[in-house]
Amino acid sequence: MTVRGKDRQAVTPLAPGDQTLAATAVPLPSGLRRAWQTGKWRRWVPVVATHAVLLVGAVFILAPALWMLSTSLKDVSHLFDYPPQWIPDPVRWDNYVKALTALPFGRYFLNTAFVTIMSTVGSIGSSLLIAYGFARLRFPGREFLFYTVLATMMLPGQVTMVPTFILFRSLHWVDTYLPLFVPLYFGRPFFIFLLRQFFLTVPKDLDEAARIDGCNSFQILSRILLPQIKPALAALAIFSFMWSWDDFMNPLIYINSSDKWTLALALNGFQSPLDPGMPVLHLVMAASVVVALPAIIIFFLAQRFFIEGVVISGIKG
Amino acid sequence: MAVQGALTGPRPQRMSLARREAWEGYGFVALWLVGFVVFYAGPMVASLLLSFTSWNLIGRIEWAGLDNYRQLVHDPIFWQSLKVTGIYASIAVPLDLFAALILATLLNQKIRAVGWYRTLYYIPTILPGVVTAMVWRWVFNPQIGLINQALALVGINGPLWLASPQWALPAIIVMSLWTIGGSMVIFLGGLQGVPVQLHEAAEIDGAGSWTRFWRITVPLVSPTIFFNLITGMIGAFQVFTLPYIMTQGGPQYATEFYVLYLYDNAFTFHKMGYASAMAWIMFLIVVVLTLAQFRLSKRWVYYAGGDTL
Repeated sequence: MTVRGKDRQAVTPLAPGDQTLAATAVPLPSGLRRAWQTGKWRRWVPVVATHAVLLVGAVFILAPALWMLSTSLKDVSHLFDYPPQWIPDPVRWDNYVKALTALPFGRYFLNTAFVTIMSTVGSIGSSLLIAYGFARLRFPGREFLFYTVLATMMLPGQVTMVPTFILFRSLHWVDTYLPLFVPLYFGRPFFIFLLRQFFLTVPKDLDEAARIDGCNSFQILSRILLPQIKPALAALAIFSFMWSWDDFMNPLIYINSSDKWTLALALNGFQSPLDPGMPVLHLVMAASVVVALPAIIIFFLAQRFFIEGVVISGIKG
Repeated sequence: MAVQGALTGPRPQRMSLARREAWEGYGFVALWLVGFVVFYAGPMVASLLLSFTSWNLIGRIEWAGLDNYRQLVHDPIFWQSLKVTGIYASIAVPLDLFAALILATLLNQKIRAVGWYRTLYYIPTILPGVVTAMVWRWVFNPQIGLINQALALVGINGPLWLASPQWALPAIIVMSLWTIGGSMVIFLGGLQGVPVQLHEAAEIDGAGSWTRFWRITVPLVSPTIFFNLITGMIGAFQVFTLPYIMTQGGPQYATEFYVLYLYDNAFTFHKMGYASAMAWIMFLIVVVLTLAQFRLSKRWVYYAGGDTL
């Protein structure tokens, strides 16, 4: 695996404004400009072709999302129109009220928020301590222990799923939220790895100066190192949020009672409590929009950290 | 943590600095030590042992020797799940990477609205998997689904997609293209490390954009391609949410992904020993894949620094 920490300045944030206005034409080094000017078409043909490809792709990307949004506002009588109604007429805002009251969505929202916050706090807090140990303190066996972090990073959780379930079952933790976040309080391998890389980019002189001034390790970690890696922390927090919000398999395994459902489980179970004969497509889509909304809001609020995080870590989000 | 206590407590005799640092180090990584044993090493050993037993969670654990493995070899659904996952790993993963790389190359140019495109293409990756599954289940609907309606526009009578044993897996592969935004952003990061001068020099030498793509872009971002290939293939062995919600593995096991079958054995049929055997086979496959890719990578991955880590 490549160590990605170093070559990370990388991608310009997605903010549309800055790049786009300046880049109306393909800038070329002066030597080439004359060659291009001999045939003016050569200047815009590649640009037009690029836009054509990108626009076709954009339709493929956008259409399902817009369809979800539009369906969530349709009247039940127009759900199966052919060709589909893209702009709902009439607009049924009350679909959202119906969808969110068909099941106790407020409760599911709080359940999911609880799991997400506990996971994020736990995985980042513990990984910070562990990564500090690996990056800054020397002790016998350090290399070996760090290899265990690297090895587990590639290990799919499904491999250990069965014994882990048996363990939590014997602790009577099934149908509680504990299995969803307690393991994260012992460090998340990916976070340990990334945070260690970041700590290594901070000059050690800073710690040593602080130590001479009487700081202990916890103070060095919180006062010297943390401020230096704030953007990375933000990125990790966002990833942690996204993963917990998105998680389906673990809640499916551990949560049984429907009042403890997370949003992902609720969306999956949407059909059952309603009248099986009635089309509920519009309500399912309204609920889908609501479940997706927090993730989308976080993405737009923290776009910069998000994209940097993807590039630094190679995690696709 | 006892280790911390030993450090801060009043101690008349002075520890050497190195020893003190070592104790402190163990204190900081203690959480990981516990986590590794309890959540990784322990379960790995436990699932190996369980794979030689027969247990339904309620009755007694019975030693079964190699029975589970013998049964697996003769289990057509197990082979089917391997096949489905293998097809997905060898078609969808490279296809998505290739599409993502092309997309990143296009979006690495200085063109109008490039920021908007990048945002747009990234959006599907932030939607929760359950939402994606809910929406795409309908996108593939044979009558009112968007895909078949689009095909009808050009006069093609679309297949039954998720309801058809032949088309269900291709449908999931098509759908995987929807979330290439993640790889695209990673590639964009890699591409921005490619010096502009290389492209300019090649252009002067008469290389077209296709040639430049294959001869400059691909070799220079090959470490990124390689990394994504490994993680993508391991990811294929984790595909669960989409088939679970969209097809339940059907029709006729056409989308029975490996983890779906593993999940069913463990949590629907409560065959813990059998599921553990499957988990260990999955582990071996993941290890072999990773090692094989590292070996292959030496042949075609270009590392600018010359070192491989």
